[in-house]
Amino acid sequence: MPGRSLLEKIWDQHVIARLSEDTDLLHIDRHLLHDLGGSRGLLDLKSRGLKVHNPELTFATPDHALSTAPGRAGTSKIGQELLAALRTETAASGITLFDVDQPGQGIVHVIGPELGLSLPGATIVCGDSHTCTHGGLGALAFGIGSSELTHVLATQALIQKRPKTMRARFEGKLPLGVTAKDMILALIGHIGAAGGTGYAVEYAGSAIRELPIEGRLTICNLSIELGAKMGMVAPDEKTFEYLRSRPYAPQGEMWDLAVKAWRELPSDPDAVFDREVVIDVEKIIPQVTWGISPEHVVGVDGLIPDPKAVDDPARRAAIETALEYMGLQGGAPIAGTPVDWVFIGSCTNSRLSDLRAAAEVARGRKVAAGVRAWVVPGSENVKREAVAEGLDKIFIEAGFEWREPGCSMCLAANGEVVAPGQRSVSTSNRNFVGRQGPRARTHLASPASAAASAIAGAIADVRMMGR
Amino acid sequence: MPKPFDKLTATAAPIMRANIDTDVIIRIERLVGNSIRGTLGKWAFGSLRYLADGSENPDFILNREPYREAEILVTGPNFGCGSSREGAVWSLQERGIRAVIGSGFGDIFFANCFQNGILPVVVDKAVVDQLAADIEATQGAGKVSIDLEAQTIVSPSGARHSFEIDPRRREGLLKGLDEVALTLQRDGEIHAFQAADRTARPWIHFQKTPASRTSA
Repeated sequence: MPGRSLLEKIWDQHVIARLSEDTDLLHIDRHLLHDLGGSRGLLDLKSRGLKVHNPELTFATPDHALSTAPGRAGTSKIGQELLAALRTETAASGITLFDVDQPGQGIVHVIGPELGLSLPGATIVCGDSHTCTHGGLGALAFGIGSSELTHVLATQALIQKRPKTMRARFEGKLPLGVTAKDMILALIGHIGAAGGTGYAVEYAGSAIRELPIEGRLTICNLSIELGAKMGMVAPDEKTFEYLRSRPYAPQGEMWDLAVKAWRELPSDPDAVFDREVVIDVEKIIPQVTWGISPEHVVGVDGLIPDPKAVDDPARRAAIETALEYMGLQGGAPIAGTPVDWVFIGSCTNSRLSDLRAAAEVARGRKVAAGVRAWVVPGSENVKREAVAEGLDKIFIEAGFEWREPGCSMCLAANGEVVAPGQRSVSTSNRNFVGRQGPRARTHLASPASAAASAIAGAIADVRMMGR
Repeated sequence: MPKPFDKLTATAAPIMRANIDTDVIIRIERLVGNSIRGTLGKWAFGSLRYLADGSENPDFILNREPYREAEILVTGPNFGCGSSREGAVWSLQERGIRAVIGSGFGDIFFANCFQNGILPVVVDKAVVDQLAADIEATQGAGKVSIDLEAQTIVSPSGARHSFEIDPRRREGLLKGLDEVALTLQRDGEIHAFQAADRTARPWIHFQKTPASRTSA
């Protein structure tokens, strides 16, 4: 019998009942709620006459609908209602809420790891597709819809079909200026936005082992943009160091017990995967998207694809549609494309290391005239740590706006939008049509590339910025 | 509780662009609030259906007869990728859509369909392309038939194709089963699992009413 993979080991530990050959009832260890769907789920449960099965395994925070302006000024009426409902319904159910301005508030996928709620080997769900982020700690984490959310509230369990397994190995030493974001965008460009559909992806290889935890969270965050609703990295010493003494992580003897179990989780050397992909990271250069799917990506020194050079009619039409929406010329260099907006934030890239990388580029420089640039820290704790080391000052002096934590302009649920027709370089995860606002044009890039583009006033190669 | 699905013969609209994400199916601002059900049909495919001035885009297929009445969508690869928003399924449902046929769907969208009694049919891309061509050849007048019990679809040309579907999913749709009620019948097993797991993985389980732990 072949060895078992990380996915299989975690999966098997959570099977409450086998429902068919490939479908199980799984125990859910952590359920995270946010303001957009949290109170809706709790109200749905109440209307069915049911109670939350395990409120002590359920945690909530507002992130999507809150204004990120200082003092939360401008939160819409409906955003305020959602916040009020989240407060009322979590209190009524005995669910811990990390509320506005409190340490612990923030984007759900930033606070889970930060508080030690997200642990190796745990099953974690949230009504948000970027729940795959938590896989960076070796968790089995995935996004669910509203119906499944109600199911988890009611039962602390979920019916799931066992996914196929893919291992994506990133090998080699990362070149200067190339980040975790560039690694995962390069993979999406390589296998496509549906390349991971139906799979749980395990990221492995020397470049993943070298990555700090926050980089692994960024990699796993974009799993869903590969089509994979689960992405994960095996836990190792870096994982344990990251989690040690986080508020909700086990302490004392319990910690030792947990680490002993976590050491058993990595895939066995002879584990078999349904698909294997190998990426040579030494060939990756900073990535930037040019179109309306994350698979529409090129190196920043590359050219926007020319539809005239494409034979396949479906692919040619797809490129033409994307270029028309984006207002770009096929065949032109992507670098130098003028930008109106720069957004540094989101569950992909709003952690302290992301802000440090952007600040390093911004320090002593100025945002180009005509560009509006925002920095939205991922959580209250990230904000406080960044302020403590003076990152806010670096950004403000450079002409960036320093905001309150939340999802903000990644998906514009709170009304913070890029205006129609305007072009944004964003550290978020989706360049979909209208994602950052109706007819907004989004280019995904790393925090360092985004900061460089803010300074240049155009899509820029951070490697040319001399730091 | 989802409505049962067994057979459907209806107008089908091909929307063949690849990677139509759930943001395109329904914009986020339509989903902000707790009283959105019943308001979404009008906003399904909003960015494709309406021009910048709010008027209907005459080029978009669901704005043209007879596709306006479509209850089936024939979709390009990776339809429903992206966000987990179940509002994407709700908006299609409120627009009258009862089934989607494609070569592959976003995993979370696919799961959300079943939760709402919408049938997502996965067939080879060649079958999808043929179906779209057959529909277009009749300018949409030719209907598509789906029989979930028999696991077949019949194209306007009369061509019959079979499809695979998870037997559990199929039964759930045919009977309109409510998963929450089904799982609650196993509550004894859930409690037994948790009791054993408290010994195996005590670090996962907290006290029932968490003392207000201060965070960082």
